[in-house]
Amino acid sequence: MMVAKKPIKLLTALVLTFFSIASYATNDGHGEENKDPHKGELVDTPDEIKEYITHHLKDSHDFHLYTNNKTGKHYGFALPVIVWTSKGLKTFMSSAFHHDDEGHTIVEKDDVSLVKLHSKIYELDNGATSVSFDEHHHPTNAHKVLDFSITKSVFGMLLAGLLMLLGFGALAKGYKKGNTIPKGVGRVLEPLVIYVRDDIARPNIGEKKYRKFMGFLLTVFFFIWILNLLGLTPLGFNVTGQIAVTVCLALFTAIIYLFSGSKDFWAHTLWMPGVPVILRPILAVIELVGFVLIKPFSLLVRLFANMTAGHFVVMSLIALMILLKKKFGVVGSTGMSLVLALFISVIEILVAFLQAFIFTMLSSLFIGMAVEEHEEHH
Amino acid sequence: MEALLNDFSVGLFFMQAIILVILILLMRKFAWKPILNALDERESGIEDALKSAENAKKEMENLQANNAKLLQEARTERETMLKEAREIKNKMIEDAKAEAQEEANKLVAQAQATIESEKKAAVADLKSQVANLSIEIAEKVVREELSNKDKQVKLVESMLGEATLN
Repeated sequence: MMVAKKPIKLLTALVLTFFSIASYATNDGHGEENKDPHKGELVDTPDEIKEYITHHLKDSHDFHLYTNNKTGKHYGFALPVIVWTSKGLKTFMSSAFHHDDEGHTIVEKDDVSLVKLHSKIYELDNGATSVSFDEHHHPTNAHKVLDFSITKSVFGMLLAGLLMLLGFGALAKGYKKGNTIPKGVGRVLEPLVIYVRDDIARPNIGEKKYRKFMGFLLTVFFFIWILNLLGLTPLGFNVTGQIAVTVCLALFTAIIYLFSGSKDFWAHTLWMPGVPVILRPILAVIELVGFVLIKPFSLLVRLFANMTAGHFVVMSLIALMILLKKKFGVVGSTGMSLVLALFISVIEILVAFLQAFIFTMLSSLFIGMAVEEHEEHH
Repeated sequence: MEALLNDFSVGLFFMQAIILVILILLMRKFAWKPILNALDERESGIEDALKSAENAKKEMENLQANNAKLLQEARTERETMLKEAREIKNKMIEDAKAEAQEEANKLVAQAQATIESEKKAAVADLKSQVANLSIEIAEKVVREELSNKDKQVKLVESMLGEATLN
């Protein structure tokens, strides 16, 4: 599947040389005999573009870099699939699906039949040989399985984690040698650590208690930021645009502030002093719902929506190149989409930082609210 | 909303949770703790250095103030000493003058007294001589008178005239 030939090819070439990933045809010559209409064809109608974008916002089970339109070959590499089926744990490489995302290729693993449908893996019910759909395109004779696969998002997270461990590990080692001033990458990373500590954690949590939460806040900040930035590369990660990932992050924040809440915090939340007694239970409900549901929900939705929207806009602007080709010609449409996509990409670089900052900022704000101890009672 | 829920992958959620927990633990152990400790150490080091510099500056100021004070004291002391010396000098001169004056006065007085006593002695001597002379004259007169009356008178008269002149 392709948005357009030129820039994607160029970007892919750049990525390939830059990351020096040994690319190989994952479908092992399967593409030539594959008559799937979605394979090896140009994406040039609005519907196809929409489908392409939606597909790329989703997590995927293989690392896809580039498709050759003429041969229908896909370049990239397969990632391991780990699923918990009704018959236990099954593992195999995602290349077994041959890039099929419509549920046509059935993988037989011992006695379970698995299909991949819209980036989700389904297990066929007993006796079924192919997936049948209802009118909403939902499968009727298959059910989802617990999917612990190393998907593209998991791969991205591992990559981000590795980058963090390498970068900050090097910075930490630098200090151990007795140098008080960091060298190399550390020079860039140290001010960022100081920024998170002095501008996010300290003012919101307070001088006395901030230290305990630094591990979480720093990790989350850099994790989100690196993943957001990875999302802007042509590798096409959309990790922070996966709702499961943002739910997990927000849940961590919620668990941390709910479990480190001070006596004062619970007293004020559950039995607000200085308010008529009749109102207190109502206020308690409102406060509880706020802390347990609304605040984490706002955190997860903000990050998810911002990152998804960013990816959507960038891809849509690139798609303008195809949609406007008839009106403005190849050069005009390419130029226009290039300028617009570049503009939005620059904004997205800012958004990548901003969302990491906002998530960490609000997390520390909520933690600060929970651990605060009131000196005087109103 | 339904699409969102459909997109929610429980498996991905678990993988993310596991990765995040492991990452937080690893980062805390191998990165954040040493980094934050090193930062704290460095900051406290800088603070200490600044504080000691401030203290040194204060001490310096104190020393300088002390020096200035000492200098001022020395100056006033010198001035008072000079003043005293000048006073002593003046007094000595005055004293010397007064003493000399007194001595001179004494000498003059002594000289005067000597002169007076000398004068007195001279007068007394003169008186005694005059008395002797008178007696001699008187003897001569008495002898003359015994020979010539007129001559006697004349002699007495002339002698007396001489005597008054003396």
